Amino acid sequence: MKIVGKNEIKCTLCGNCETICSIYYFKGDNWEKSSIRVEEISADPGVDIRVCNQCGKCVDVCPALALSRNKKGTVILNKKGCIGCFNCVGICPAGAMFWQENLVEPFKCIACSRCTKECPTEAIFMQEV
Amino acid sequence: MKKAIAELKASRRLLAEYHYEPAKIERGYAGQTLYINLSDKTIKAKTVTQQMKDIFIGGKGFGLWYLWNAVRPDTKWNDPENEIIISSGPIGGITQYPGSGKSLVVTISPLTHSVMDSNVGGYFGPYLKFSGWDALEIQGKAEKDVCILIDGDTGKVTIEEIDIDHSASHLLSEQLTAMLAETEKDKQNVSIVSTGSGAEHTLIGLLNFSFYDRRRKMVRLKQAGRGGIGTVFRDKKLVALAVRYSSLTGRSNNPADQATITKTGVKLSREINKFDDSQFRMRQIGTANLMTAMNDYDLLPVHNFKYGSHEDGIKISSEVFRNRFTQNMPDGCWVGCALSCCKAVDGFTLKSGPFKGEKVLVDGPEYENAAGLGANCGIFDPDYIIEANFYCDTYGIDTISTGTLIAFIMECYENGILNKDITGGLEMNFGNKDAAMALIHQMGQGSGFGRIAGLGVRRMKQIFSVEYGAEFAFLQDIGMENKGLEYSQYQAKESLAQQGGYGMTNKGPQHDEAWLIFMDMVNKQLPTFEKKAEALHYFPMFRTWFGLQGLCKLPWNDIIPEGNSETESPEKIPEHVQNYVAIFNAVTGKNIDKEEMIRQSERVYNFQRVFNLRLGYGTRKHDAVPYRAVGPVTIEEYESRAKRYDHQLKEDAGINPVAMSTSDKVQAMRKYREEQYEKLVDVVYKRRGWTTNGVPKLETLQDLGIDFPEVVEVVKENL
Repeated sequence: MKIVGKNEIKCTLCGNCETICSIYYFKGDNWEKSSIRVEEISADPGVDIRVCNQCGKCVDVCPALALSRNKKGTVILNKKGCIGCFNCVGICPAGAMFWQENLVEPFKCIACSRCTKECPTEAIFMQEV
Repeated sequence: MKKAIAELKASRRLLAEYHYEPAKIERGYAGQTLYINLSDKTIKAKTVTQQMKDIFIGGKGFGLWYLWNAVRPDTKWNDPENEIIISSGPIGGITQYPGSGKSLVVTISPLTHSVMDSNVGGYFGPYLKFSGWDALEIQGKAEKDVCILIDGDTGKVTIEEIDIDHSASHLLSEQLTAMLAETEKDKQNVSIVSTGSGAEHTLIGLLNFSFYDRRRKMVRLKQAGRGGIGTVFRDKKLVALAVRYSSLTGRSNNPADQATITKTGVKLSREINKFDDSQFRMRQIGTANLMTAMNDYDLLPVHNFKYGSHEDGIKISSEVFRNRFTQNMPDGCWVGCALSCCKAVDGFTLKSGPFKGEKVLVDGPEYENAAGLGANCGIFDPDYIIEANFYCDTYGIDTISTGTLIAFIMECYENGILNKDITGGLEMNFGNKDAAMALIHQMGQGSGFGRIAGLGVRRMKQIFSVEYGAEFAFLQDIGMENKGLEYSQYQAKESLAQQGGYGMTNKGPQHDEAWLIFMDMVNKQLPTFEKKAEALHYFPMFRTWFGLQGLCKLPWNDIIPEGNSETESPEKIPEHVQNYVAIFNAVTGKNIDKEEMIRQSERVYNFQRVFNLRLGYGTRKHDAVPYRAVGPVTIEEYESRAKRYDHQLKEDAGINPVAMSTSDKVQAMRKYREEQYEKLVDVVYKRRGWTTNGVPKLETLQDLGIDFPEVVEVVKENL
């Protein structure tokens, strides 16, 4: 299974990943609608990158059976089946299931690799686990 | 007996049909309610007025208002004008905040002969609203057995005869779900309300509200258990209600401010995820998590509430049930509830009764079932508890009343008031699980001694006294009922506030109004009468609010937020109170604060009290409690906790017990405790704005804005 790997020491907080993700999936440059988030934190190494590691805990709690793994093992949300309870947001250990106030459903990284291609420092990259 | 679905469909016979344009939900309300009269087959819509929204809010408030307008002061539970009203509430049906799918059911009870309300999960209430109806009001009686079907997709309501076996609620719900669903997946869009044969043969009939469990692919049942509502249901010749609604989304409730609801819901879901495993473990054990703590703190009812713990309590501990419940399931009784407490035992093989040998899914046991059917009857066997739980549900009889009334029968049996001749051979000693199970089957099937037992504790007291010569005063002391309703399963002897919490209720001794045991007895947060009175004002009002909104109480204080202990009123869980205020405002677009929240409840609570008065109840004498709920009735009870009681006599009552006989000590303790209870009643009534006879004062009604002429008239007659 492929996931977006991360090496936070290399991150320069340029925000390219958030831009490409939100433009591709929500048709606008808006970090609040990106499925990967980078932010400055006080603890070492000074940067936090939040992105889904495809652990699947959200699949177990989804009451609508709207979350599942595809053939590659990636956790996918079927928006048509989602009833917008956001239990998956509450339970996500990586804080990588996101929500935005104008949207009825949550959203998450599906390991499409677009953001990794835009990262200038290889702080994020595709990784086989 | 199960029938083929095609055969069921073919047996449908239409009696009445009504078409409507499904209303668009606006800020939590559909704006209309559905009225059905089974006598003349009227089906019509009623408009929800602004006054209804402002004064009665929804849920129980709507139920009480419609019932008030439907009945006369002398209406009996089985008169055709009595109604069953089901309503969720403005918040009911949101999917973002845990515990938001409750329905409230209101009727005149066959047990209390006064107003009953019972709250229940399952999908019926939310689906009813999203189908276009804020409430369903059923009046009249059908000539033959009928079903009411509401199709929220096409806007159609029908009254139909369906040739279906209605003795077992689990099969009835499963079959009707299959009959109405167009596909396997569509089953999730159907909810059934039904009961079983026990509701016809007893006065403790319940209603099961179903939901389809998508993971298990099975129909689950949640219970509106209290007060015999299922008995009224069958008296109206109702077999089932069904609703189908297939367009549920996270925004079906069309709130004023979705972002605040989502933000507040996500915050609570995260809290649950972070703290539940180290706090109450609702997601693992549900309410049965209380079993161990109750036994440890001497609060678990044992042997008809004689004692608060038992050495065999470990056999039915929280951990035992944890191991029986299937783990890691999103067990919400409404979609999206992250607290996920509605646990189930899967693949349980029944050992008795009509389904002997079958593997079934058992919803529960909840704490009340384990404590009442188990410990209170001296039966410390988890398999018995699970089986009894299953049969009570499918027969459609209330597990709480069943537990309490079997415990009462057992004590009567052990005291020689009853014998095998009277019970038809059942040896009703404490701990006799085979006899207890046989009695449950008799109640469910309307045979043998079960016909007497199913009348409830209040009527059994009369029968045992008049027909079997038992001393009535003793039965009065040990018969755990108030207002005609059986006690729920908490030992109140060492908590004066809880004694009041049970006695000064509107519907009878159910803990959903006030659960103050831990606050009072364990945490010692209510040391004075004034503090107890304040708690017996605030908490019943606060808890009433859930029943106006379509909410469950559990996510309020069965998960505690970080930093709660440092707040000014940790017992109120201020952060969660604020969550509720925020959600109400976000759904309705109103702007209430936490004070107005309590006023909303006060209006409905006082209205219900006046309703009781109107039906001939609701005064101080009806708030009297059996002495078993207050202190030790018998010498053996006193001696079992002699050190504690001797200490209390000396320190609290100022009586030196050293030279006294146990019998004298029992009397002295009784005098002291009964005085304490009466003193508590005085201060609570005062705090609630009632007279010393428990009647809401006119100025209280005026202050709350519920001084409608017909309400004032009832109060004036009682001043």
